[in-house]
Amino acid sequence: MKLTIEEVEHIAALARLELTEEEQQRYAEQLSDVLDYAARLDELATDQIPPTASVLDLQLRLREDRSRPGLPTKDVLKNAANTRDDQFQVPPILGGQE
Amino acid sequence: MTDLTQLGVRACLAGLQAGDFSSLELTQALLQRIDALEPQIHAFLTLTPEKALAAAKNADKLRASQPDDLPPLTGLPLAVKDVLCLEGVRTTCGSKILENFIPPFTATAVQRLLDAGVVPLGKTNTDEFAMGSSTENSAYGPSRNPWNTGRVPGGSSGGSAAAVAARMTPAAFGTDTGGSVRQPCSFCGATGIKPTYGRTSRYGLVAYGSSLDTVGMIARNVADVATLFQHMAGFDPLDATSVQLPVPEYTLPESDSLKGLRVGVPEEYFIEGIQPEVEERVRAAIAQLEAQGATAIPIHLPHTEYALPVYYLIAPAEASANLARYDGIRFGPRLGEDNNLWSLFTETRGRLFGPEVKRRIMLGTYALSAGYYDAYYGKAQKVRTLIKRDFDLAFEQVDVIAAPVAPTTAFKFGQHTDDPLAMYLEDVFTLPANLAGVPGLAFPVGPDSDGMPVGMQLMGPHFREDLLFQVGHAYQLATPWHENWPE
Repeated sequence: MKLTIEEVEHIAALARLELTEEEQQRYAEQLSDVLDYAARLDELATDQIPPTASVLDLQLRLREDRSRPGLPTKDVLKNAANTRDDQFQVPPILGGQE
Repeated sequence: MTDLTQLGVRACLAGLQAGDFSSLELTQALLQRIDALEPQIHAFLTLTPEKALAAAKNADKLRASQPDDLPPLTGLPLAVKDVLCLEGVRTTCGSKILENFIPPFTATAVQRLLDAGVVPLGKTNTDEFAMGSSTENSAYGPSRNPWNTGRVPGGSSGGSAAAVAARMTPAAFGTDTGGSVRQPCSFCGATGIKPTYGRTSRYGLVAYGSSLDTVGMIARNVADVATLFQHMAGFDPLDATSVQLPVPEYTLPESDSLKGLRVGVPEEYFIEGIQPEVEERVRAAIAQLEAQGATAIPIHLPHTEYALPVYYLIAPAEASANLARYDGIRFGPRLGEDNNLWSLFTETRGRLFGPEVKRRIMLGTYALSAGYYDAYYGKAQKVRTLIKRDFDLAFEQVDVIAAPVAPTTAFKFGQHTDDPLAMYLEDVFTLPANLAGVPGLAFPVGPDSDGMPVGMQLMGPHFREDLLFQVGHAYQLATPWHENWPE
């Protein structure tokens, strides 16, 4: 199976990745190779096999419903490129592309 | 005076305890060696000499003031793989997208060893977001194998394994999602544990494949690894998949007898294409276990060949979700046009992620996308069940499974960089343990004809790290390979 450039563009958009034309070409080929390799899984009949949800036979637990202190706001914000009034600053959500 | 850099974990602790040297002297000796060797090896991304020297002085003070109430690892220097957060110290994950990230907290596994008294020397190199088998995917340049600087050290914990092999540190944290502790140990002649999934906390480990990620340890021998693992392992309420089981005492045998031990030898791990000397060395090591009293039993893990396609669908799928958080808003540099959210996302991610990370995000996004989920991700999770069942059945017949870590010894730089599939094939023997969640212990079993180390792995049932340590230690009592280090 060969991925088309249009498919690569579609996946890149879903993944929010800007790719150069050269990257699109290269990934079209390389991802096709990997997917061809993955197709060998079709050799196995798995209709009756449950998917793995967890490798351990243990129950997930609930934590106590009690509040505890989080990280200080200034520490959380210090790695962000743009902040204002103790908040992350982002471009307008409405009006842009998509 | 002994060269302190040559000492392993237990030798360091014994010397500190006996007062033969101080933590400050030990730390200074290691920092000097790091300075001297870094231009050749490039094992570290960030060094923390001030932090290390201060911690060492503090450790010496503590040892003098409260010798009877001392944390067990007081004054022991250690390196940390740069995918584990250390508060206040740059944590890049080998990526440009986290070039200046200073975590406001410390990973639980690291914190536990800090609480036990270790001195952090710095952060070691890794393939970007731990995606790779050679460190060639690090955005900051690859590390080099101390046995031969023309070869890769393996990956993704290649910086950690190279630092241990070059005696820049007695031990280093590694992480293992698909072989990233075991394969670099194999390539560098070091010993390392990939624990059972859930045995060590993932809190503060920058997520790659959340159902596969484990935090492990790399050192010079099994006893050193077990000494550190004792203090790392255990339940952590901050990790939802951390397991609430008591951690046993990892006591090691004084005798090398393995009488009564059943060692499974899976035929599927001795396939065509494996380097003949790797097979010879591993078979010789299995014969050695037999000479020590163990019984080798041929077994089958029939779905082994499917582990590679399963892993390269599941891990990228999980990665594509985990790496969605790198959007330029909360961490890292921000690229793109002003006031354009789409351009902020796509340009930041497109330009700051490296080629392998983008490849895996693309692959994972595809495997999860509408119309393909059942055919790829769903199918892979079903075959994963079959792989896990292979191990469940095998451990009804045998106590441990012995196999090569990798099909070859360390390869040359550039050998696989143009062919991702060929690079992925390097992981063919390490992936099954991650998919099944079982522990694996890698250690050296002798050199190939070029003098490069060959590694063997022991895999065991869930939570049986104790058994792997016992068997590995018994092997090392009887053999010299873990004492061989490059000049």
